[in-house]
Amino acid sequence: MIVGKASWFFENEPVIIATGVTGGPFEKNGKLAEDFDLLYDDLWMGEDSYEKAHRLLIDEACRIALEKAELTKEQVNFMIAGDLINQITPTSFAARSLAVPYFGIFGACSTSMEGLALASFLINGDGADYIVTGSASHNAAAERQFRYPTEYGGQKPPTAQWTVTGAGYAIIAKQNEKYSEKPKITAATIGKVIDMGLSDPFNMGGAMAPAAADTIETHFEETGRNHEYYDLIVTGDLGKIGRATVLDLLHSKGIHIPEEKFLDCGLMLYKEEQPVQAGASGAASSATVIYGHLLKQMNYGFYKKILCVATGALLSPMTVQQKETIPCIAHAVSIEKNS
Amino acid sequence: MLAMFFWAFVVGGLFCVIGQLLFDVAKLTPGHTLSLMVVAGAVLDGLGLYEPLMDFAGAGATVPISSFGNSLVHGAMQEAQAHGIIGVITGMFEVTSSGISSAIIFAFIGALLFKAKG
Repeated sequence: MIVGKASWFFENEPVIIATGVTGGPFEKNGKLAEDFDLLYDDLWMGEDSYEKAHRLLIDEACRIALEKAELTKEQVNFMIAGDLINQITPTSFAARSLAVPYFGIFGACSTSMEGLALASFLINGDGADYIVTGSASHNAAAERQFRYPTEYGGQKPPTAQWTVTGAGYAIIAKQNEKYSEKPKITAATIGKVIDMGLSDPFNMGGAMAPAAADTIETHFEETGRNHEYYDLIVTGDLGKIGRATVLDLLHSKGIHIPEEKFLDCGLMLYKEEQPVQAGASGAASSATVIYGHLLKQMNYGFYKKILCVATGALLSPMTVQQKETIPCIAHAVSIEKNS
Repeated sequence: MLAMFFWAFVVGGLFCVIGQLLFDVAKLTPGHTLSLMVVAGAVLDGLGLYEPLMDFAGAGATVPISSFGNSLVHGAMQEAQAHGIIGVITGMFEVTSSGISSAIIFAFIGALLFKAKG
């Protein structure tokens, strides 16, 4: 059911019945290594290109999620997913082997929540029984496309972020007795594209902050909820600079979220001593942390209601070369658990 | 001898400082910065300033990429004196060919032996 202009309430409460989360060597050494289902020791993962390794991350995440849900791929109605690479080929190639009817979506690093919102809407409206959704990124494949090939050894400023190698996938299903203990999706707010005129591709967190603030504000306005409704509000990959900017922006609009309730997936993945500059980024940042770490925390009872806001910078290497500014977007989905 | 080391360190370091400022302050890409340094070396040699700098700072002036610009102009001028206008074209590559060839050969060997770790 639509509320306001851009928010949905999901009255039938679709549930996340299982997740599959894969990662690379940097994630293996990170803070959340235990929350991954499968971690690889090197970026090649036994494949002969980074892009093929990227596809493998997705293949395996889907396989694990299906296994945990005790479903066969024939039972799944749709796959709604994407990644950062040109024409989202890693995801489409994974969809080729999964052979499930497929919606390829691109929302840069907001893809995870874009997919979850769409999947929930479809399930809520009886449009499907099971949907697999998620997003992925691969550090070296993304660096090659958006910045420089890693072999080139180009310098990075401290505002730059580290692209996560990983894939986070979830299976969304209709609510029924069997799934009453599973986390359910109760609402979503779709963001609009916002461009504040920033053009530095090495400071994406700063560029994405206004989009995140706008979506959070819209979500509160349209759903009538406020930050007290949630135990946790988590953004996708704003990093240190972006997170501080969002808090400031919301503050100036009269929304005072306590710092400890406002986390960023990009700041949760890695240890302090890992050289990730301003934090993690990439389509897998929000997907792996939300589907891996946070849902586990919800199952342990640490959190009951969380608002996940995944942010995306909608640039391409071409627009950067042509000195265009960076349009950004954020989508919010609320996940809740029965106590 | 020690003075030579000192000046090589200072002059070479200054080239790096300029490069870093072009990155951080002027926000140039690595490609732009590299090209600008080559052009700067060429212009300095055209003005007759790079040769004295090399005498003064040794490796501090020959190792940075600006010395490649210097070599291009230097070779062109030398050959032009000997063979006229055609020498401008042949001379550019005569002096720099060892640098270019070794870059290609060593990169090739590197690519054969190693795989990027990401």
